[in-house]
Amino acid sequence: MINNVKILIHQGKQYIPDVTTVEVPGVFRGRPVISNEKVDEKALEEICPTKAISINPVAIDLGKCTFCGECAVAFPNKIKFNKEYKIATNSREDLVIKEGVDNPIELNPDLIRKEISDYFSGSLKLRQVCAGGDGSCELELGATGNVNFDMGRFGIEFVPSPRHADGIVITGPITKNMAASLQICYDAVPEPKIIILAGTDAISGGIFVDSPAMDRSFLETHQVDLYVPGNPMHPLTFINGVLDLIRKRKK
Amino acid sequence: MKSISIKNNQQIPFDSIPVLEYEQFLDYNTSLLHIKDNHCVNYYGIPQKGKIKLICCVANDKEGLIKISSAEVSPQTTLESFSQHHLAFEKFEREIYENFGIHFINHPWLKPVRYPVNQSDKNNTISNYPFFKIESEELHEVGVGPIHAGIIEPGHFRFICNGEQILHLEIQLGYQHRGIENLFLQKKKLIELHTLAENISGDAVVGHTTAFVNLWETLCNQETDADLNFARTLASEIERVAIHTGDLSGICTDIGFQLGSAVFGRLRTPIINFFQQWCGNRLAKSLIRAGKTNFPFTAELGETLKTVLDNFEPDFNEMCLVTFGTPTVLARFEKTGMVSNEIGKSIGLVGMAARMTNINRDIRASHSYNNYATLAHQPILKHHGDVYSRAQIRREEVKQSLAYIRQLIASIPSENLNRKSLPKPSPNVFALSLVEGWRGEICHCAITNDTGDLQHYKIKDPSFHNWLALALAVRNNEISDFPISNKSFDMSYSGHDL
Repeated sequence: MINNVKILIHQGKQYIPDVTTVEVPGVFRGRPVISNEKVDEKALEEICPTKAISINPVAIDLGKCTFCGECAVAFPNKIKFNKEYKIATNSREDLVIKEGVDNPIELNPDLIRKEISDYFSGSLKLRQVCAGGDGSCELELGATGNVNFDMGRFGIEFVPSPRHADGIVITGPITKNMAASLQICYDAVPEPKIIILAGTDAISGGIFVDSPAMDRSFLETHQVDLYVPGNPMHPLTFINGVLDLIRKRKK
Repeated sequence: MKSISIKNNQQIPFDSIPVLEYEQFLDYNTSLLHIKDNHCVNYYGIPQKGKIKLICCVANDKEGLIKISSAEVSPQTTLESFSQHHLAFEKFEREIYENFGIHFINHPWLKPVRYPVNQSDKNNTISNYPFFKIESEELHEVGVGPIHAGIIEPGHFRFICNGEQILHLEIQLGYQHRGIENLFLQKKKLIELHTLAENISGDAVVGHTTAFVNLWETLCNQETDADLNFARTLASEIERVAIHTGDLSGICTDIGFQLGSAVFGRLRTPIINFFQQWCGNRLAKSLIRAGKTNFPFTAELGETLKTVLDNFEPDFNEMCLVTFGTPTVLARFEKTGMVSNEIGKSIGLVGMAARMTNINRDIRASHSYNNYATLAHQPILKHHGDVYSRAQIRREEVKQSLAYIRQLIASIPSENLNRKSLPKPSPNVFALSLVEGWRGEICHCAITNDTGDLQHYKIKDPSFHNWLALALAVRNNEISDFPISNKSFDMSYSGHDL
């Protein structure tokens, strides 16, 4: 017992007091800023492993980007990733960062369904479905609930059963072998319910998009409420994205 | 000559691999496995001119050599199985059966492995897996998954129980299948291949990416620079510390030991945050590249890492002392989920799961790569094969890895500023790369064609060997002990399903 208390004292306070303003340590590739500098655009486009970079004008689609930073290493004056982790949004187009634009990424309040702010602003229970994810986004989603990030303080938690959930969080590019289970799980969540795509693989299929082992038809028939980019997404990106989703209201 | 012996990370002309008659191939490889120091690191088939070429790679841990042999057979044919002589081949033969329709006689359970897109029987679907059944009014079945209660990857567990006691567990996987081996051939740019390697298993990014880059440099016949060898070894040990610590947290969670769960969980954070400080990603994606690095390890980073470890170590030791000294914890750990040494050997366990039952198998010691020869690694062995052994091995391996990290950062090699660019891979060669990830032995094999492009790429995650151990470990356990058994193995679904 004494030893347990000693550990508690030695550990002290481990939680991040304000997850909306804390600075992440070291290098972090968050929101890219693309300058207007003229570069060999063909070479720039060629560098990207997941065709996230388009040219004329140069733009990076964060829904496809793996944040490997290869483009920023090769063209340091053209592309810089800043440390902003608030890069989740509810509009797919807003994930495309164009050259010469340096604005924070925000949720569009007009796209947030009324029932989300009505029902979920104080409590949101989520069921996570991994559909071909490599385990990295799953580790980071697990980390959102640990004593450092402590997402539970906002009433946002992951629950074991879809019956107890207000929505699902999909990770992974959605494999054929998981497509049916994903649909069954979604159907088991009572209305109203939300869908969050966590990580590059879920948002666009990532490097797996042209594999015949994928079946992404679920996304063609369902509306997505939040896109959380990253490979894997940072816990702070997820927490801030979800907080904005349940707190922002239509004007 | 029945086989050709190669070292880890050595290329040979593909046509120098001896081609045996199937009977001889079977005799040779199954008798190799009756020698104590040998184990099968990979056995697979590749389609070639209407035939199937079977390639078997058996490693000798004493000599540090891998014996490669091959045989040519027809698809949809019937053959005597390796598995009837040695069970360690069972999963490999199931995979060959699933991909090419080759029926193996006297195989104990010739069932699908992962329902891949290129499977031989296109009518097979994951929903009609042939589970074992027992007709009895006293027994009942419990099905769990594919979606699990926690935030983990999908897989299905089918238990046959007598009351609360597990008689039998069958594990059905394949839900995570992304066709990654085919993508290795489909994608042509090196950066795409790196991205694929990083996505094989998200908790073993360093392990799989190191296997890939070591293999790629071998194919290109380029010696690895000292600073790159250093960075890969260092990253590998950091990853081991991080995941082992996280797993100790998970193990504590599964027995309801809240203090251990919270403290080990938070102790992982500074370790993976160090990866972020080094390369911008908490799980070390983007860190390791063939023939170059975008993130050289500086003296400043060395200082930061030293501070991280200095803070980590006393907290970790303190928490371990309490965890392994609490009777209620030990009561749940001891004699739960046991795998005996005999069973472990017969199913060909690798990595941590082998060492917990006193099988001395560790690629860092037996087939060293990168900087492991200079670290003179001594594997840590446990004897009981239970949850306690698996938890203890993590505790001691963390301690060992911390010492290695300190030793490594005491002399940081300077960055090679005149790096040669990588040439194209040699044409028509075969190469194999073994890496001891935190989970165990990772094996990547590649074959190039006339133009030096990849003709075949084969990935084997340690989980491919080890999933069966979980099914056997839980027999006669209470079903309520399943989560703790499962977590203490912590196998990869995506690494298995590919």
